[in-house]
Amino acid sequence: MSTATKPKYKVIGTRPIRHDGADKATGRAKYGADIKLTGMLYAAMLRSPHAHAIIKSIDTSKAEKLPGVRAVVTGADLPEQGDRIVELGEGAVNMRHLSSNVLARGKVNYKGHAIAAVAADNIHIAEEACKLIEVQYEVLAPVMDVVEAMQPTSPVINSDVKDDSGKPTNVAKTYLFEKGDLAKGFAEADLVIEKEFRTATVHQGYIEPHNATVFWNADGKVTVWMSTQGTFTARQQTAELHRIPISDVKVVPMEIGGGFGGKISVYLPPVAAALSKKTGKPVKLVMDRAAVFEATGPTPGSSMKVKIGVKKDGTLVAGDAWVAFEAGGYPGSPVGMGCMCVFACYDIPNARVQGFDVCVNRPRTNAYRAPGSTQVAFAVETIVDELCEKLGIDPIEFRLKNGAQEGVRRVDGPVFPRIGMKETVQAIKDSPHWKTPLTGKHRGRGVATGFWFNCGLKSAASATVNPDGTVSLLEGSTDIGGSRASISMQLAETLGIRAEDVKPSVVDTDSVGYTDVTGGSRVTFATGIAAIEAAKDIIGQLKERAAIIWECEAAQVKYEDGSVIGPKGKKLTFKELADKLHHTGGAVIGRGTSSEATQGGAFGTHAVDVEVDMDTGKVSILRYTIAQDAGTAIHPSYVEGQFTGGVVQGIGWALNEEYWYDASGSMKNATYLDYRIPTCYDVPTVETIIVEVPDPQHPYGVRGVGEVPIVPPPAAIANAIYNATGVRMADLPMSPPRLMKAILSK
Amino acid sequence: MAKKRHITTKINGDTVEFLCEPRQTLLEVLRNTLDLTGTKEGCSNGNCGACTVLMNGRPVDSCLVLAVEAEDAELKTIEGVACGTHLNAVQSAFLEGAALQCGICTPGFIMQSEALLAENPNPSEQEIRFYLAGNLCRCTGYDKIVQAVQTAAGKRQTESGTKCCH
Ligand code: FES
Ligand code: FES
Repeated sequence: MSTATKPKYKVIGTRPIRHDGADKATGRAKYGADIKLTGMLYAAMLRSPHAHAIIKSIDTSKAEKLPGVRAVVTGADLPEQGDRIVELGEGAVNMRHLSSNVLARGKVNYKGHAIAAVAADNIHIAEEACKLIEVQYEVLAPVMDVVEAMQPTSPVINSDVKDDSGKPTNVAKTYLFEKGDLAKGFAEADLVIEKEFRTATVHQGYIEPHNATVFWNADGKVTVWMSTQGTFTARQQTAELHRIPISDVKVVPMEIGGGFGGKISVYLPPVAAALSKKTGKPVKLVMDRAAVFEATGPTPGSSMKVKIGVKKDGTLVAGDAWVAFEAGGYPGSPVGMGCMCVFACYDIPNARVQGFDVCVNRPRTNAYRAPGSTQVAFAVETIVDELCEKLGIDPIEFRLKNGAQEGVRRVDGPVFPRIGMKETVQAIKDSPHWKTPLTGKHRGRGVATGFWFNCGLKSAASATVNPDGTVSLLEGSTDIGGSRASISMQLAETLGIRAEDVKPSVVDTDSVGYTDVTGGSRVTFATGIAAIEAAKDIIGQLKERAAIIWECEAAQVKYEDGSVIGPKGKKLTFKELADKLHHTGGAVIGRGTSSEATQGGAFGTHAVDVEVDMDTGKVSILRYTIAQDAGTAIHPSYVEGQFTGGVVQGIGWALNEEYWYDASGSMKNATYLDYRIPTCYDVPTVETIIVEVPDPQHPYGVRGVGEVPIVPPPAAIANAIYNATGVRMADLPMSPPRLMKAILSK
Repeated sequence: MAKKRHITTKINGDTVEFLCEPRQTLLEVLRNTLDLTGTKEGCSNGNCGACTVLMNGRPVDSCLVLAVEAEDAELKTIEGVACGTHLNAVQSAFLEGAALQCGICTPGFIMQSEALLAENPNPSEQEIRFYLAGNLCRCTGYDKIVQAVQTAAGKRQTESGTKCCH
């Protein structure tokens, strides 16, 4: 559905070639692992073979003696952190846990946990030296299951994680959100469904492994070249872990090969820094693929119990959810956010959500695209489907009736501003896909809706007008999917110039103001606002310059459509005036920040047709349509790209991705071949519908689009599988063995 | 350490000589010794296709080829695809069609697509999806990549005869 009163833009809504395109199509773009510095050493890491063990001793002497080895470091080479809790941009972090995750101290909490690192003349020597490090372990029983880990009888992973009575526990944090009167709500219900769900641990799966190259200079200044979602948070984490001032660390962003939330927390820079400090040389450290799977943030597996009550006429009256997420080896899963998302798609008067952040012997989890929301949507959206079926209500009509809209209060408190939830449902209802009947045996259609907050946070930008009428834009948001283009386009729109006339650079932490991570679907929104502010600053200065030329007051000068207009019809285009700046006071540099603006939230509704092979349990996706509210699509091609990319990740999560562990807590599928993310042969074309309900918090109405596309797929596919087979799946992934078992036990 | 071998090979039309240890992969030598970092490393075990190069016209995962095997071979890497400052049909179709997000998989996809179009100038969507199934992309969901290859196939046909450089 398009909005009838859509304003006309010149640049916004067009599809220019991205500014970094040529570099990326020719192999010139430098990603993190592509850097080479004079005198650079190569580093490798020793990782724990055990899921849970006490480190009794580490002997590095043999490794140090290997010719070509320059330094070896262990956890003892990082400073003590004590009980410090530090605000790191995306939330408060216990520094002792972060430090121990980067290099273990006394104990390993998951297989693959980093123990030591070696810097050598080449990577082969470094790897050989790792094998010469002797570690004595006392192996402990691994705690792998989130529900078992919550039992009082379970071994406790972190002795410093305690409950209210001071007793060590694996339950690091609990959440409780309530709204209305739960008992009264369920008493009013004519139909109540309650079910339990399980979802597996899955990985972000970015193709570029983590990397960091660090030089610790003789003056104590540290430079880090890395691919990261946030240079400023990487700077702060590195500085805090070495207990040096943040201004002593400069993070230089290299191009980044995917992140999806997994490249926010640091793993390597503090280690490479310790090696560089010891050797006086730059040190490069790159993970291998197995380490990426075994030791970097997957997203949590979960256990959930959800209960929803409705009246006969389909009115939602009550919901109750119990949600436990695996935190991994250290606390910090996104279960709090999951709790806020559980019922966010609906106007539900009475609700309660309880959440639990639970340590288990798996890698410490991290954000993955709408962190927490996909898990809970799987539970809620499949129950909603079942309620609709039992009441004989069309699932689209149910969502149009009960869907969240402006003025509805979420269970966790906030009241929605203008949002487009129902508009996305309507868009699916009106889509060619929904209007085309599905026929054939063992085929079914499913629908599901998803929510993600989208955050604002802080961004900064500066922009300099060049004499030829172009603008050089400096920004701090690392560009993972075309954000140089989406930011430049907003600057261009505001100034009335072409997108191609903006030259964007993503610069290091010494060269731009504080900018939060490329995450939370925030860059096009918040860094966009910073660029718009910078453009307005430029316009203000251009008016003053024109006033000098025309010998009038700046207040008499207007800026319209890329030109300054003065008294008596005097006019100079942006380009003409740019050429006169050198004679009217020198450079014009605009500055902009964004810190107050918060986003209204993003919704998407998906429809999917599947066919199930009843002999093998294999699910084929026949057709897929996503309708999502993008507010205002700045560069529609990259909006569509985010939609499709998120859907395909969601399909992988739904149908086959999972961490496989043996009884000793060892991951058995830490390769792409065995973990298996979708290939282009596994998925169909995804039909994309961009819904535009402008977000009033942004000058052009932008809503972030990156995260919410991953939320509905598992639920939509589960609902389609039910319609194809009569089997309701409550576990992810819905892989052939699991589905086959469910079909056979029907 | 085993003695280094002297290898003579052709890369992007130029004769290139290098020294390597027998255990070094072609990927490592391309990236670290020859500074051809356009070829990417995603897994080093043949599962992701980010390291795809053409060896004697055939696409190979350079992480699975030993550098010594490059003796007397003809290699083409992403750095040799454009003709000077002129992007070729596949490259420009990727840019015009927004077939990349982070771009780390792009060199591998472009090389694989080059091989496909050399073999089959007019592939169907299914043929494209099948041929590219060894290249992983985690960002795009593949649609725009598949469309870009279709666009490039069309372009190549209308532009045939205007071949430049290599
Ligand atoms: S790096 Fe060669 S296939 Fe992945
Ligand atoms: S564009 Fe990021 S992996 Fe393909």
